[in-house]
Amino acid sequence: MEGNVHKFGDNVDTDVIIPARYLNTSDPAELARHVMEDADPAFLQKVRLGDLIVAQKNFGCGSSREHAPLAIKAAGISAVIAHSFARIFYRNAINIGLPILESPEAAEKIAPGDRVRVDLAAGRIDNLTSGEQYQATPFTPFMQDLVEKGGLIPYVRWRLRSDAGNRKPDTENSDR
Amino acid sequence: MGLTIAEKILAQHAGLDSVRPGELVNVRVDMVLGNDITAPLAIHEFRKIGLDKVFDRDRIALVPDHFTPNKDIKSAEQCRELREFAREQQITYYFEIGRMGIEHVLLPEMGLALPGEIIIGADSHTCTYGALGALATGVGSTDMAAAMALGEAWFKVPETLKFIFQGKLHPWVSGKDLILYVIGKIGVDGALDRSMEFCGPVIEALSIDSRLAMCNMAIEAGAMCGMIAPDDIALAYVASRAKRPFAPVWPDEDAEYERTIVFDAAAIEPQVAFPHLPENTRGISEVGEVRLDQVVIGSCTNGRMEDLRLAAGLLRGKKVHRDVRLIIIPGSQQIYRQAMHEGLFDIFLEAEAVISTPTCGPCLGGHMGILADGERALATTNRNFVGRMGHPGSEVYLSNPAVAAASAVTGKISAPWEVL
Repeated sequence: MEGNVHKFGDNVDTDVIIPARYLNTSDPAELARHVMEDADPAFLQKVRLGDLIVAQKNFGCGSSREHAPLAIKAAGISAVIAHSFARIFYRNAINIGLPILESPEAAEKIAPGDRVRVDLAAGRIDNLTSGEQYQATPFTPFMQDLVEKGGLIPYVRWRLRSDAGNRKPDTENSDR
Repeated sequence: MGLTIAEKILAQHAGLDSVRPGELVNVRVDMVLGNDITAPLAIHEFRKIGLDKVFDRDRIALVPDHFTPNKDIKSAEQCRELREFAREQQITYYFEIGRMGIEHVLLPEMGLALPGEIIIGADSHTCTYGALGALATGVGSTDMAAAMALGEAWFKVPETLKFIFQGKLHPWVSGKDLILYVIGKIGVDGALDRSMEFCGPVIEALSIDSRLAMCNMAIEAGAMCGMIAPDDIALAYVASRAKRPFAPVWPDEDAEYERTIVFDAAAIEPQVAFPHLPENTRGISEVGEVRLDQVVIGSCTNGRMEDLRLAAGLLRGKKVHRDVRLIIIPGSQQIYRQAMHEGLFDIFLEAEAVISTPTCGPCLGGHMGILADGERALATTNRNFVGRMGHPGSEVYLSNPAVAAASAVTGKISAPWEVL
């Protein structure tokens, strides 16, 4: 995936990503029309298909509304890169298949408008504008499995098909 | 090596003897919760799984509380989806208007959040039930859908931060102030992905309502959960309400904590969080002159009996300032009725406040008290993000109910003792 960067700061909360006044629907296309509008009313006009959001610490904090990653995805954003993600947003993004990458270095060094290419499987971020390369925190094998299966619902369908007894998806130590 | 309360509950529900922070576990869940905003999306995802039946109709709670009573046609459609799904699946704990409450006020009150349990809710403030010794955490709609299908959820075992409160609590300082104080110290991502364990003599003396308010805002520090080990006060609270058998869990003496932080409660005055983050806290003595257009007393944080009694105590015989609109929202039908019986409604109405039916309403800028551009509110709610209560140019300040009531009278953010 490759696109231009829209940059945001620390603690972008889900109320800013999609204000609650628009939560009387769960239609992604309708939600996308209001994505990030309280942070930047012109955001949607600036976004081209495949563009990326780069933000600092604690992206997606606050409400558990899955409408937030849905709205970002439906607006044509191909991936979100941040210094760190809030816990529920992180889960939701993985569950619905919105690519996210945690990379403090990329969050710091990428400038607004930079052109960036992401290799999700390798966790590599190429800044085509500056020529720099950054590494994202790798997904745990279980996360990687979820992402490869297309999110949590395909994973659940696979679980129901494949085994009834195995209660543990994986046992591992990791940062996430 | 011993386990923290969160580790022990996760281990038990995963069928393991022990777990370590960082480990991924698949756990059995005791309760799955959704509301009128998050459950419709979860129902759509549940349908995609292709199962006819939910895993257990007694272990799902559906509460239409955010935009209810239906604020517009689209909200009505969302609530209808919830209602029809509840009927189709014969969900035992579907709470219709007239029998409902704000979900995190309602579930503890109904005995549906119990010590030692794992509860997941498609609402970030599900962490409230940690006050009763349950491991409770907010998830998204797809996680809710998966749990409705499997009765399970996956988690990374969190590190635990231990917060010990020593000393003596000032009058007018409540659980709300303690949690605002903590968030002010550690920041809105200060407990990211962690379990927060609250303990010490101050917590042991705290009422259930204050404990619920405290754990409610663990998410505002980024935590997975906020927990208080169940004691006699908590066990007495759940004893008469519990809808199912439960097994309380306590942390081991030799549990390992990532960090232990000790606070002296005597140093904590009533707290106010300034816009636009809950971490922007100041003691009431450092607030300065902040004029108000609206005051809201209610929400899943502070819509309980203790909160309404505190507010009424200060509003008795007084009038709300002529420039202020005071909106009081009892957290459940039961609390509404109790407040009415105790004569609190007479005090509120005499003071010229409005009393709303239980709803999340203005807390998230839904309805029942939206702010215009440039307007300023003081609320007993949990978030003060940009646009949280309405126009992105409005401002929300957060406080406890006593500060909120006093401020409604003076028209500016004020300490409770200023109106005594």
